Amino acid sequence: MNDAIIEVSNVSKSFGGVVANHNVSLAVQRGAITGLIGPNGSGKTTLFNSIVGYHPIDSGSIRFESREISQLRVQEIARLGLLRTFQTTRIYGKMNCLQNMLISIPHRKARFFDMFSYERGEVVERAEHLLAFVGLYEKRYLRAGSLSFGQQKLLEFAMALMNEPTVLLLDEPTAGINPTLINGLIDRLKRANLEFGITMLIIEHNMRVIMNMASKIYCLAHGELLAAGEPAEIQRNQNVIDAYLGVH
Amino acid sequence: MNQATPHPLTLAMLMLAGIAAPLLFPAYTNQVAVLWLMIVFASTWDILGGQMGYNSLGNIFFFGAGMYTSAVVQIGLFYDVGMYTSGARTTHIVFTTAQYFTGFAIGTIAAGVAAAVLALLTSWIVFGLRGPYFAIGTLGVAVAGAELIASWEWVGAAAGISMPVFPGAPETQKLFFYFLLFGLALLVLFFLRWLYSTNFGLAINAIRDDEEKAEAMGLYTRRYKRVAWSISAFFLGIAGAIFGNMTGFIEPRDIAFPTTTFNIFMILMVLLGGKGTFWGPVVGAVVFQLIKEVTWTYFLGWQFVALGLLIVIIVVYFQQGIVGWLMEKYPARFGIRVAPKDEEKYARSLGLAPHPEGAE
Repeated sequence: MNDAIIEVSNVSKSFGGVVANHNVSLAVQRGAITGLIGPNGSGKTTLFNSIVGYHPIDSGSIRFESREISQLRVQEIARLGLLRTFQTTRIYGKMNCLQNMLISIPHRKARFFDMFSYERGEVVERAEHLLAFVGLYEKRYLRAGSLSFGQQKLLEFAMALMNEPTVLLLDEPTAGINPTLINGLIDRLKRANLEFGITMLIIEHNMRVIMNMASKIYCLAHGELLAAGEPAEIQRNQNVIDAYLGVH
Repeated sequence: MNQATPHPLTLAMLMLAGIAAPLLFPAYTNQVAVLWLMIVFASTWDILGGQMGYNSLGNIFFFGAGMYTSAVVQIGLFYDVGMYTSGARTTHIVFTTAQYFTGFAIGTIAAGVAAAVLALLTSWIVFGLRGPYFAIGTLGVAVAGAELIASWEWVGAAAGISMPVFPGAPETQKLFFYFLLFGLALLVLFFLRWLYSTNFGLAINAIRDDEEKAEAMGLYTRRYKRVAWSISAFFLGIAGAIFGNMTGFIEPRDIAFPTTTFNIFMILMVLLGGKGTFWGPVVGAVVFQLIKEVTWTYFLGWQFVALGLLIVIIVVYFQQGIVGWLMEKYPARFGIRVAPKDEEKYARSLGLAPHPEGAE
């Protein structure tokens, strides 16, 4: 399985006079973990937002499973199975963890009147199983907003898994998490990738994390693609080192 | 599922109280009837305002729209509406008992349907807006509705319409409308109790907590918002039809689209009782109705000063409302659990903290 599931070709996006992405191309291999790195303000999150349809792109094309998705709306893309998590963790704060999970079921099969159905048995079991997977089972009836930041991050991850995505776009999954929890999170990301077969594209600032996980890494700087390759190549790439140290 | 899910017994007691009230206190039948109307107002406002986080200032539009729809249907079924509402009319028109009740039944259903359809239509415009812009946009809808009716000769314009007269004794009429409003309030409560237990309840709560996240998770948020608005519009339309027939005379600015009284009351009652809770609007309506009747009776002339004072007090000092405050104080009684304050303990139970078989 070496086909590209997401193909981004020559995507450009600017906000007014600020060019956030210029001619960026990348490919995410099916079943793999792909990393996206770059200094702050290099356009990583903009690229994420373009892929999931938050804003229209100026030019270029984005294909998911060989289907052009750059014209689709956020919900339609999510229903195709291309899901993202947020840099600033987003959960439904006033609902409890289990409710957070139950409303995250995949909506792609839902018909109009399914909005009035309610979940029981199998779905609740799956939700509890996934909560156990991220270690939040005991907290399932707690109000999500009262969890610590790291736990909310785990909950957001579990909610994403509940949605049965094909591809998961993770925006800095380890940001703001206590170092002891990071290992547990990496372990779970890897297991989700292997056991559930979820392809991942991960934005990450923690080099140790991303070099460990990803099989291929893309590096952005000033909105342009600076380098691409295996972790070892990226680590040796002088352009990447310069970009991070601020030579550019 | 939802916070403070009502116990069936509580609803049964409410039902008993509703049946007993007019028998025990016949002098207050009308006041209690209005209380049931207020409960309908508050509970339907809370669908959007509390459960979904969209503060609408225009819900009264559907009340008025329902009222006028029922009037037009009730009259139009048997007479020419233009002739009936004409100021130059001198003939006295009487509806027979059969005419009155068939007209009323059909008119009430038509009112609910028409209000729901109007909600679907206006939702194209208002749900492009969020936050304060949504509030102002919906207020615009309500004000526009009043002005439109006020200048529409065919439905009596600003002079209003005298509704068909109830064929029966005043006492029977009182009880008839009392039980209609009571039944409607019960219907609304049972319906909402079911609605909030379905995925729909979860979805509108999700929209309240983080709409962008809900979209990113693939929820068609706009569809939920439109359906939620149509549901409240449907019940408000029916309420309008019943109330219009109860008062016997309708006119656009003070009775059908009272933006400064009923429209503000419904929001105030929800805030007083507790936003986003099942019982909050009901408790708020009861307390508010009591306060209102007392100030209207003993401080006549000052009632709007008292009302203004109440608004200021609630908004500044008591934002969570009565039920909201109780839930904060006794969360366990409402089935809500919050994380314990002890950091150590929950890091361990999380299974990720350094403990023997932990991830480390």
